Amino acid sequence: MSDPETYSAAGEVGQVRLRRTRMQRIWIDLKNAPPTALFGMTVIVIYAFTGIFAPWLAPHGQAEIFSQPYAPWGGEFLLGTDQIGRDIFSRLIYGARNTIGIALATTLISFVIGGGFGLMAAITQNWIDQVLSRFVDVLMAIPSLIFALMLLSIFGSNAWSLIFIIAVLDSTRVFRLTRAVSLNVVVMDYVEAAKLRGEKLGWIMRREILPNILPPLVAEFGLRFSFVFLSIAALSFLGVGIQPPTADWGSMVRENASLIQFAKYDLKGAMTPLVPAAAIALLTIAVNFVVDWFLHKTSGLKDEH
Amino acid sequence: MSTKDRGTKGDILLDMKDIVIDGFSDERWHEIIKGVDLTLKRGEVLGLIGESGAGKSTLGLAAMGFARPGCRLTSGEIVFDGMELRAMPEKQKQKLWGTRIAYVAQSAAAAFNPAHKLIDQTIESSIRNGAVSEKEAQADAIELYRAMQLPDPENIGFRFPHQVSGGQLQRAMTAMAMASRPDLIIFDEPTTALDVTTQVNVLAAMRDAVERFNTAAIYITHDLAVVAQMADRIKVLRYGVEMEEAETRKMLKTPENAYTKSLWSVRSIHKKPETSDDNILQIQGVDAAYGKGENVLHDVNISVPRGKTVAIVGESGSGKSTTARVVTGLLPPNKGKVLFNGEVLPAQLKDRSKDQLRRIQMIYQMADTAMNPRQTIGEIIGRPLEFYTGLKGRAQEAKVIELLQMIELDDSFLDRLPNELSGGQKQRVCIARALAANPEVIICDEVTSALDQIVQEGILQLLLKLQKDLDVSYIFITHDIATVQAISDEIVVMLEGEVVEQGLKTQIMEPPYPDYTKLLLSSVPEMDPDWLTNLLKERGEA
Repeated sequence: MSDPETYSAAGEVGQVRLRRTRMQRIWIDLKNAPPTALFGMTVIVIYAFTGIFAPWLAPHGQAEIFSQPYAPWGGEFLLGTDQIGRDIFSRLIYGARNTIGIALATTLISFVIGGGFGLMAAITQNWIDQVLSRFVDVLMAIPSLIFALMLLSIFGSNAWSLIFIIAVLDSTRVFRLTRAVSLNVVVMDYVEAAKLRGEKLGWIMRREILPNILPPLVAEFGLRFSFVFLSIAALSFLGVGIQPPTADWGSMVRENASLIQFAKYDLKGAMTPLVPAAAIALLTIAVNFVVDWFLHKTSGLKDEH
Repeated sequence: MSTKDRGTKGDILLDMKDIVIDGFSDERWHEIIKGVDLTLKRGEVLGLIGESGAGKSTLGLAAMGFARPGCRLTSGEIVFDGMELRAMPEKQKQKLWGTRIAYVAQSAAAAFNPAHKLIDQTIESSIRNGAVSEKEAQADAIELYRAMQLPDPENIGFRFPHQVSGGQLQRAMTAMAMASRPDLIIFDEPTTALDVTTQVNVLAAMRDAVERFNTAAIYITHDLAVVAQMADRIKVLRYGVEMEEAETRKMLKTPENAYTKSLWSVRSIHKKPETSDDNILQIQGVDAAYGKGENVLHDVNISVPRGKTVAIVGESGSGKSTTARVVTGLLPPNKGKVLFNGEVLPAQLKDRSKDQLRRIQMIYQMADTAMNPRQTIGEIIGRPLEFYTGLKGRAQEAKVIELLQMIELDDSFLDRLPNELSGGQKQRVCIARALAANPEVIICDEVTSALDQIVQEGILQLLLKLQKDLDVSYIFITHDIATVQAISDEIVVMLEGEVVEQGLKTQIMEPPYPDYTKLLLSSVPEMDPDWLTNLLKERGEA
């Protein structure tokens, strides 16, 4: 340390920290991740892989109809066939692509809408904030599943209207979160400094505030993704979600739900509707494990030492 | 309860030997305290001083046998009144805390529960011990409030924390610590967050109470002048190592260690005041209010000469920062105007041109919150360069390095993040960011008050040097008179939104003063250990 009489600013000790590249830091984080998080990440990677390479992995096409409906498990059809003779195993694989793809697109859109408006409301804090917030209150006052059913019957239930309707309805919660966490950042002196410099709204949103609210938003992304997933599955189960012959897990549960009654004759066959349900459950759990870990890492709680 | 056996004055109460404390950071343990001894007799006050990161608070807490999360007491002995605290089970230690050992924290506002009345919190620990009834405890608390010289001691306890001022809250907190008549109180920077005028009262009340109840105390602070009033003995710490320990008077007169001497020399910068008729900035007849509320500024007139420093002084709430907000355009005034180089500046921030914005820059009190924690130093300083002059890439980096050299840092800081810097370095980077815009006026809002004295001195020296080199004017907002002495040419004294006086430093600092200026100036602690005693005597007579 420098001698007190020859004081030097550069020699003053700050927090001593090893400098690492981003890759090194990610690697260290991964190494220290708890088993639940590793499990979650493994499951997500497998799902993603299945979804991306579905046409190569699936033994049959998702809409290909075979002569034997309700075929038992085993043989040519690993998980049997459904009521009109489509291979359930193949549909399960294609379902990963369709269901997850739509859920991901929906969540992304809801974050762009909700996050953008939330930031704008937090920074301006004038009539724009009032109008947006009250509008969101109105949207949130209506039960979202019923609202979605209504909108889907107005706009017709194709994949795009499904994505947009759920995205808009879900963006209300993203808006609220973004606005709330941004309000804590907006009062910081560095935001004021940027305003005094004459920076435009877009720059302040993107460069000053967004990087500082990213951790809670990412965590929320994981949770919302799970919820979107569940609401698509619910809508599909009700018959207004993803339309046949496109395979998706929600409608697969519905189509084969009646098989469950025959458990005493064919236990395996009766489990058929449970397989897509389990696929949904597993992904939801996996995503939540990863989100929990991420939240813990970024919340600044370090008392385990 | 005051009949409790307090032992005789002069017995050894606390004996800490060869204390080593480790802190956990960066995935391993570092030594924070490296083998420090500390003894404290009954009724004695020990001052613990040093800059931040010296380990003062850590050592103070260790005297209670407590290590905060992320720290551990690695070795050494802590004997409190014959009991070894390190080996003592947590349950027993918790019984000691609050009854025989008490702790007074820096921020009383954060230490009180806002949902309960002061008196309920004051007597909580005495009642929980079951020693006294609620009635007796309340009567005792009122007695303590009186001892702490709180106004209206019978009723003040029935208020909620937000209903009393910061100085009163700090005194209430000392009363709370006193409630169980502890043998030892640890004061951790109890007056650092207060105005000088308030600080005097709090110090006097604390000293009086400690003397009256024959309590031993450890007084932690980085302000030498304050510790000189309070302590019988002073211990100087640096980087977890003891530099020097001596009786207060001896320490003040003949410090031996080189580091201790440098602490003493801090308040020695004096700038020769100069003035000029060439005003770069003039605030004329400004009234301002927040929202539709009442005016917080009343007819404020201030002029800032080119290349000179105007210090605005006053206690908190006097309108210093509001004045700065009017100048920057964040708060358009209700009446009056701001002239820059003789031209009227648009009142609203959004009506000002880029060039007008560039000429007035601001440096904030808390460098921590003034820099985006997700941007590197290079980005923080580079942005104004890019924004105002369009400098990009290599040319920008070269200019940033040049600016870093001006603030006595080097290019190794370019890709660091703010939280990897010390407090003084952060404030330097904020200065560099302001300089990057090549401004003509810099508003410094309490820029040194969150820093240790030795770091403060460095920053003030830097600001003076930059002014000489770049001929920039400063509006220096502060409540610290020592800082004013060091840096200003002219002084503006503000009280309740009005300008009490403006004039050359030498003029203002000499009698005759208006009453308020006198109160403010006389409240600044001096290095003389008799200063507080004399001041109180003087004020008592007046």
